[in-house]
Amino acid sequence: MSSDFLNINNISKSFGSVEALKEITFSVEKGELFGLIGPDGSGKTTLIRILITMLFPSTGNAQINGLDIVKDFKKLRNLIGYMPGKFSLYEDLTVEENLKFFATIFNTKIKDNYYLIKDIYQQIEPFRNRKAGNLSGGMKQKLALSCALIHKPDILFLDEPTTGIDAVSRVELWEMLKRLKQQNLTIVVSTPYMDEAQLCDKVAFMQKGEVLEINTPQRIVEDFDLPIYSVSGKDYYKLLLALRKMDITNTAFPFGESIHLTIKEEMNPEDLNGKIRKFTDQNTVTKRIKANIEDCFMAKMLKKDE
Amino acid sequence: MRTILIILRKEFIQISRNMTILPILFIMPFIQLILLGFAADFEVKNLNLHVIDNDQSAFSRALISKYSGSPYFNIVNSSFRDEAAMKDMKKGEADLILEIPQKFENLLINRQKSPVHLSIDAVNGVKAGLANAYSSMIIRDYNLDILKQATGRELLSPINITSRSWFNPSMNYSTFMVPGILVLLVTMVGIFLTAIIIVREKEIGTIEQLNVTPIKKYQFIIGKLMPFLLIALVELTIGLIVAKLIFHIQFQGSLLLVYSFALVYLPVVLGIGLLISTVSDTQQQAMFISWFFLMIFILMSGLFTPIESMPGWAQKITWFNPIKYFIEFMRMVLLKGSTFKDVTQHFMIMAIYAVLVNLLAVWNYKKVSS
Repeated sequence: MSSDFLNINNISKSFGSVEALKEITFSVEKGELFGLIGPDGSGKTTLIRILITMLFPSTGNAQINGLDIVKDFKKLRNLIGYMPGKFSLYEDLTVEENLKFFATIFNTKIKDNYYLIKDIYQQIEPFRNRKAGNLSGGMKQKLALSCALIHKPDILFLDEPTTGIDAVSRVELWEMLKRLKQQNLTIVVSTPYMDEAQLCDKVAFMQKGEVLEINTPQRIVEDFDLPIYSVSGKDYYKLLLALRKMDITNTAFPFGESIHLTIKEEMNPEDLNGKIRKFTDQNTVTKRIKANIEDCFMAKMLKKDE
Repeated sequence: MRTILIILRKEFIQISRNMTILPILFIMPFIQLILLGFAADFEVKNLNLHVIDNDQSAFSRALISKYSGSPYFNIVNSSFRDEAAMKDMKKGEADLILEIPQKFENLLINRQKSPVHLSIDAVNGVKAGLANAYSSMIIRDYNLDILKQATGRELLSPINITSRSWFNPSMNYSTFMVPGILVLLVTMVGIFLTAIIIVREKEIGTIEQLNVTPIKKYQFIIGKLMPFLLIALVELTIGLIVAKLIFHIQFQGSLLLVYSFALVYLPVVLGIGLLISTVSDTQQQAMFISWFFLMIFILMSGLFTPIESMPGWAQKITWFNPIKYFIEFMRMVLLKGSTFKDVTQHFMIMAIYAVLVNLLAVWNYKKVSS
């Protein structure tokens, strides 16, 4: 356990009668890119706010690099970089003024840690005299990330950085995080998008304030033990409804252009397809596939709900 | 110290970019002071008089001409019927009705008494009181004239009162009002802007980002409040210049004393603004709470209605009104030339107030962000 950079032990948090977090325990290693995956309201933001010392846990404790998040919060604030989900920089200051302000309040200079943000900042540097409020969403995010990194933190927390961002910027952001990881920075990122789980070294899947599973994305996929098939046909919606009515069906979820179907017992795809055609009266194509991470999470969520 | 300077720098850049607040900050007090300084006048002139002269004699005309010769009365209408006069009063066209009965002259010549009837619209009590007082003076004067005519010699009233107004010899209302209005303007800037500017950081979320930095609470608060302390002092200076050049107020006391008091007073006002911002989450809430307190502070400050005429419990409430102390102070120092010795109590009360309000605000601010 001593190699762990972030240790979370039994953290719970209640707001009045609402239990936002229930006995969360996990740890993150140094230099790891750790993902908190879960739907809205699953407690991701609350957990991050506790870890960045903005909120005290109701019970339990956590340490970052051996420093307690409650007792040593003052020391920790120099080690932590935080990028909130909502753009929280001064919109009436220019790009450069924002960066300079956050550098100076951390008692450092832009040029001291420039190497760390160079890749990111270079892209917005041509606009350094523009007010932050006039930047596009993707550029705002690059600025926010630069500001969160300018004091060379040891651990970076990002709260839903890809929510409300276009697809290209999302890809760019994950690229940036991968590169930051090479600087031995520990990164904790929350996201409601399950497909982003694959981009993390390790993920914790959260739902209703609880962690349902922690593992590497590979292991999560490997551990999936239900037979899964992709089914496609002409009338997508009718097909989905029909599949859900079949007696052998376990689950059926729409997934892009096809439907991912899990059944109770392994079957030959051709036999299954025949059965489906007979049942749905549609000209369907059925293939045996490997589960992806979303299939795994959907299955976990359903299991939990039962 | 360095951190405070950084925040200060940031604040000044932001204020200088804020094109809505900036002109308001410096033009608003200028306009308001001039507007209110000239408009706020309690002197009641131009009282509208409706005359019912049922006598139509030389004596009655003499009485009416006393009224028309007075700067306080305008004779707007005359009639012979009560109803017509009442109609005028109901419409608001007449403030008072003077009714002279028949045989007015006759009775007086025969050395008998004759009544005159005076009806005053008393919706505005102050105005009615003054109308009554002015009328009594005119009628008393008229009485003396008649007695003189009748007896043929000058009558002296036993005690003759002549008065002289000190500190404001020409009884000029703007001299009295302008220092008070100036206090209001400085206070408004202090409370509103501080309340709003800190809540704004909450609203746009930057306070989140700041709270995870090693900035200390007191550094943040001082950095936030300082610009407004300076702005308020600039406003005060503009106001004093306007008072001197446009209203020609002769400052009797020391300006140094005024500025020293402002330095004790402003932390109170800024502290109240800070306290409001700690309990508000949006600028709208901050605005409303500020207004709530400002209305009470302003109307119970003694600027418009004297505190001495309020009921006892209300006078006790004004002990907690910082504006009251500054207005009193300004009138004492600027108009009467009071010295530090005369206003020591004001200084003490404000100093204690400043410490208490700011302690409360900082304590409350801490709780909010943990």
